[in-house]
Amino acid sequence: MSDQDSPKDSGISRRKFLKISAITTSAPLVLGPTVLEVEGQEVHVFGPGKVPIALNVNGKRLTANLEPRFTLLDALREKFEVTGPKRVCDRGTCGACTVLLDNKLVYACSVLAIEAQGKQIVTTDGLAPQGQLHPVSAAFVDNDAQQCGFCTPGFVMATKAFVDKHPNATPDEIARGLGGNFCRCGTYAGIKGAVAQLSGQQQKGGA
Amino acid sequence: MRAFEYASPKQKQQAVGLLGQQWGDAEVLAGGSDLLALMKDDIVHPKRLVNVKELPELRGITFNASRGLRIGSLMTLSEISEDAQVKEHHPMLAHAAGEAASPQIRNVATIGGNMCQRPRCWWFRNGFGLLATAPDGKSLVLQGDNRYHAILGNDGPAYFVSPSSLAPALIAYNARIRLFGPKGPREIPLEKFFVIPKSENEREHDLRPNEIVTDVIVPAPPSGVKASHYEVRQKAAFDWPYATASVVLDMNGDTVRSARVVMSHVAPIPWVSNEAAQALAGKTISEQTADAAGAAAVANAKSLGRNKYKIKLAHVAVKRAVLQAAKGGQA
Repeated sequence: MSDQDSPKDSGISRRKFLKISAITTSAPLVLGPTVLEVEGQEVHVFGPGKVPIALNVNGKRLTANLEPRFTLLDALREKFEVTGPKRVCDRGTCGACTVLLDNKLVYACSVLAIEAQGKQIVTTDGLAPQGQLHPVSAAFVDNDAQQCGFCTPGFVMATKAFVDKHPNATPDEIARGLGGNFCRCGTYAGIKGAVAQLSGQQQKGGA
Repeated sequence: MRAFEYASPKQKQQAVGLLGQQWGDAEVLAGGSDLLALMKDDIVHPKRLVNVKELPELRGITFNASRGLRIGSLMTLSEISEDAQVKEHHPMLAHAAGEAASPQIRNVATIGGNMCQRPRCWWFRNGFGLLATAPDGKSLVLQGDNRYHAILGNDGPAYFVSPSSLAPALIAYNARIRLFGPKGPREIPLEKFFVIPKSENEREHDLRPNEIVTDVIVPAPPSGVKASHYEVRQKAAFDWPYATASVVLDMNGDTVRSARVVMSHVAPIPWVSNEAAQALAGKTISEQTADAAGAAAVANAKSLGRNKYKIKLAHVAVKRAVLQAAKGGQA
């Protein structure tokens, strides 16, 4: 849901409200790194307060002042309004926050924002141009591969990474390759169908 | 997660200098898949994180016939499972690395971090301490639901199980681990890196608060070796096993010259079973000899009350690993 779709009467979207409540609990100061001399060499030590962080998300450079303890997931959702990755378990177990980091599939909840600097981050929000569906997303629609949809962005990213690497996967390989994502609604048959469709398309296309 | 300060040193001497003299001062950040979860749950709360990912000397996988395989501690489970040299010379290791966790975890989790992974014991993960001792000094594990706890090496006070499924495969191959601290490098057999803590102040690894893991060295197995890693699990993907067995058979024709049998998830450390190895020496592999090795592996096992089923699972894991190895296994 975009902000345009939100009820106007309160004058504030749910998303903005969460953002405000996050700000009020965090420290106001932004500090540069402390320079320590260790073994005769200077080392920059960041935090524990806010430090400037720059991330490359879906081809855009985004900057914010964040404490080093901010995970990539929280930075994306709470600071940059990149809300494709979902926060569910927040312990690297469910897969709802799956993103690509330098073309590798990772759980955004289990990476710190500060260590994701200098890497290319891709989320579902950046898979296709605005208003268009990426072929993986389209395959999910075709196969009714979602129910509540909360796990879907993570599954779409996991599927994209899997299909890119295994264009002709067997059903067993598909099940194993998507083993890092959970769907509590149990739409696995649809998801496997979507991956099989993508594998079939790529075989037909001779990719 | 509590606030901490963060540094990314470029030299290992600096990394060691930034680490603390005691646990709690600082933690090493590599893949972070275990550490960040422990910090979110406030099980560990370091004042500083030392990111070691910018130390290039901790990377790389190289093989030579005399030294064997050298795996830099930052190499991820994905990189290890897909490496052509690992697959060729230590296929059981490639297999074990490819079976662990999930694709997302394998892309970030490092071999060094896997060796240092903290126990998954539910008391430990819920803040009751590594040894899960009640204020009256009694073990919560012995009084409570211990269905996933140790069946071997469980004389106390530690009852958790070692969580790594790579460590037993590496130990079966006689791997060594290299560490670096303020006094320079040290290298020990990986088997000795895992220790059963006797008090809450100890950890389950022979790693000092200001040391880092730099490499794992895996000797080249003699030709004709057969190896296999077998895991008994509840789920096909993304699960810590109930019991695993890693078996390396040095064969003389059809007869076992010598064997290494290492189990995991059954004891607070990866469990080397000399009993199972002895049961296999000089034997040809059959259903009966494999079963006898499984029986020998759990001959000294004891239930804590709710984990008796794990004794049977460990027995079967050893048996199946032996049979699988004899058929060619992953080697």
